[in-house]
Amino acid sequence: MQMSEKDVAALVKEISGSDVKKCMKCGKCSATCPAYGEMRFHPHQFVSMVARGRVEELLKDPTVTRCLSCFACVERCPRGVEPANVVAAIRVLAEREQEGSNISPADVPKLVAGDPEIPQQALVSAFRKYRK
Amino acid sequence: MNYSYYPGCTLKTKAQDLDRYGRESAQALGIVLEEIEDWQCCGAVYPMVRDEIATKLSAVRTLMAARDKGQKLVTLCSACHNVLTRVNNDMRTDEYIRSRANSYIAPAVPYAGETQVIHYLQLLRDEYGFDNLAKAVKKPLKGRRIGAYYGCLLLRPSKVMAFDDPENPRIIEDFVRALGATPVVYGMRNECCGAYVTLKDEAQARGNVDRIIRNARIQGAEELITACPLCMYNLKKHQDGSMPVRYITELLYEALGLGSADAEVAVVDGACSACGRAK
Ligand code: SF4
Ligand code: SF4
Ligand code: SF4
Ligand code: SF4
Repeated sequence: MQMSEKDVAALVKEISGSDVKKCMKCGKCSATCPAYGEMRFHPHQFVSMVARGRVEELLKDPTVTRCLSCFACVERCPRGVEPANVVAAIRVLAEREQEGSNISPADVPKLVAGDPEIPQQALVSAFRKYRK
Repeated sequence: MNYSYYPGCTLKTKAQDLDRYGRESAQALGIVLEEIEDWQCCGAVYPMVRDEIATKLSAVRTLMAARDKGQKLVTLCSACHNVLTRVNNDMRTDEYIRSRANSYIAPAVPYAGETQVIHYLQLLRDEYGFDNLAKAVKKPLKGRRIGAYYGCLLLRPSKVMAFDDPENPRIIEDFVRALGATPVVYGMRNECCGAYVTLKDEAQARGNVDRIIRNARIQGAEELITACPLCMYNLKKHQDGSMPVRYITELLYEALGLGSADAEVAVVDGACSACGRAK
């Protein structure tokens, strides 16, 4: 059954555990985001769009995977909104829907051949992010 | 002092120095690290989404193994420390996650976050004591100006990690001081290096690393230290090779007079600075 956009937004709120209504739109999360230039939507936009039930555009945006999970936005939000959790929820829902993967096991030999110093941690975290 | 120890996958492979010097230094200090048996990789990134249970289970198994031995759990890799600490917090505070994880694993005794997870640096500061460490130093690293690179995962989110002041941390600086060297404080020490996005887009990581290293250099750092294999990779790869980067345990090993940690080898213009061979 197709979920409505509103239902998906409710699901994002639920699985992110983030209380998006607490946001006071100060923009500190986006000001501190080191991936600001790489992501089409910024942490404060994730928060406000989810609060307004507008998740479709977010779910379609491939630059969501540029979030570094650095938790700077979580740490520096004065209202405890945890924007990174909202970003993660969007990413996970998009992956579940498309069974999308940004790196596949077939890519690994190529990556490692290109640079033998790549630590396992980088590969494991790239998988966790992009693929189940 | 006996502790459970979780090395993690990277310390068994690309970051063997972080592990080896950590173990040998601990041994020299009379600290016994007992590696968890049959541990599995923690997954490297804490699954932030609450309905992701399966991806938290390997961390729960590790935490449970330490509980069963009645020991504190020592970590060394920043990423492992982040994952294990946060999953442990979930198991302690989140009934939804706790009940599901326990029904998956079905342990003899359900797990509810009893284990205390401590990072190697906390082991030195809180259990062994930096004062005692200073006394154990045989070869003080006098005159070395060292910048601590914290990155993200040891510090954030501070509500759960409770590692140090997230914006003005000092544990690594105090560690550097205990080893007889001079810590150099710089603002970018807790900003992200680019993490795993380096695989997808080098430019993004290069920009981050560039800002970090420039800032450290302006403040007078002559070398950097880190506890994270991925920080190490990024900090080394995305610079010209002029700023040495070492693991915290390499420095410790040296200061304890156990020998000199392997000479710093950097990759400059695609060639190894030690042998000149193309990398
Ligand atoms: S966690 Fe992601 S969204 Fe938040 S500041 Fe870091 S990169 Fe930006
Ligand atoms: S920092 Fe927090 S309160 Fe400010 S805009 Fe971001 S989410 Fe909203
Ligand atoms: S964080 Fe890293 S090194 Fe640590 S076990 Fe997990 S993936 Fe491997
Ligand atoms: S700085 Fe980068 S690699 Fe290092 S802890 Fe943060 S995310 Fe890890």
